[in-house]
Amino acid sequence: MDFTFMYKYYGFFVNGTAITLLLSFFGVTFGALIGVLFALMKLSGNRLLKSFSTAYIEVVRGTPLLVQLYIVYYGIPRLTGIDFEDLTLGIIAISLNSAAYVAEIIRAGILSIDKGQMEAARSLGMSHRMAMTNIIIPQAFKNILPALGNEFIVLIKESAIVSIIGIHDLMYNTDTVRGNTFRPFSPLVVAAAIYFTITFTLSKLLGILERRLRAGDSSI
Amino acid sequence: MIQAFNLQKKFSSLHVLNGIDARIEQGEVVVVIGPSGSGKSTFLRCLNLLEEPTGGEIVFEGTSITGKRNDVNRLREKMGMVFQQFNLFPHMTVIENITLAPRKVKKLTKEEADDIAVGLLKRIGLEDKTHAYPNQLSGGQKQRIAIARALAMSPDVMLFDEPTSALDPEMVGEVLDVMKKLAAEGMTMVVVTHEMGFAKEVGSRVLFMDEGRIVEEGTPEEVFNNPKHPRTQDFLGKVLSY
Repeated sequence: MDFTFMYKYYGFFVNGTAITLLLSFFGVTFGALIGVLFALMKLSGNRLLKSFSTAYIEVVRGTPLLVQLYIVYYGIPRLTGIDFEDLTLGIIAISLNSAAYVAEIIRAGILSIDKGQMEAARSLGMSHRMAMTNIIIPQAFKNILPALGNEFIVLIKESAIVSIIGIHDLMYNTDTVRGNTFRPFSPLVVAAAIYFTITFTLSKLLGILERRLRAGDSSI
Repeated sequence: MIQAFNLQKKFSSLHVLNGIDARIEQGEVVVVIGPSGSGKSTFLRCLNLLEEPTGGEIVFEGTSITGKRNDVNRLREKMGMVFQQFNLFPHMTVIENITLAPRKVKKLTKEEADDIAVGLLKRIGLEDKTHAYPNQLSGGQKQRIAIARALAMSPDVMLFDEPTSALDPEMVGEVLDVMKKLAAEGMTMVVVTHEMGFAKEVGSRVLFMDEGRIVEEGTPEEVFNNPKHPRTQDFLGKVLSY
């Protein structure tokens, strides 16, 4: 395998990686925020919020990301009349998609906490909100961290799909290099190595965080 | 102090409480006994509204608490509860478990709350566990901490929901000792338990429940030595023969 093309084209990979990281960062952040919102809606007593959230999650999980991306890309500018940047639309699509998965992870995490915990907190005079923030959510967070980390890793990899709407992310730039150098294979190896480095680093960081959170759990 | 009038609780078609009338006076230790499924725990959980009664009324310190308008959190500050499964907060140390509610609910400073907690830990003999996490403790220790956590809110009454049922036999004693001490100090207590010895020794009054009703009540001597209702005789015959 010949990687001499890198001398000339490494900039493509650097810029592409930067865009992929940017996209992933905002995708993860907004996805998590909106996901929390949907999870709370689904757990709330309000029937309207509940069914809206349930419907949203089912539709997003039941349709391909590619279709969602196209719908956002063509639909949102048409609906709002605003000429968004492609990157913004990419972030919107990715976040909205991730939110559905995050919502389910969070909901499951909250439900996994024994109901005795809520009862104990309430029996001490704490309000529902106080019990949620001090007792339930900290424990749920610890439980869902592996699943959440997995979702973030999936998101980083799946973000490659935005190359299809012309965002110059790592995947798009890799294709450009492949075209320019007439080398269909070796640039892909470089891209794969970069994606793997990003996800592997994230996975290790989450592992450290997880161990730290479990520090209190050491039993005799 | 607490009065229940014709208390009802239905879970869909299942009638768990069929009209409970009961009175708990200041300083009393009321022990609730009865077979599984008789509604003892449900009755206890209705008293601090962890279960919402489907009918009847509860009056606590002169105010009806079953009405829609009352502040449940205020009420629960005054009623400590101890659970069968301890329900300590596993992500917090012992002292954090005890001080959380005084700080968050009563808005005490950390120092004030810590003082109370240290005093309680001394009383139950667990001051060396101040900074331990719950899963470093034995069942008996956990339950004593749970009692201390409830006491930290300085409640007017303590509710115990089978506090020793999840314990290894050798740890039952240490928990009952703490409860005995508490009773001797004049704490009003409602205790759901299968510990007949505790009921006899510490109880000022015993309620026997069956099928969602209070079938018989009286002093421990009356109920244990001279049960009048055939259902009570049958139950005690089975329980006390061991």
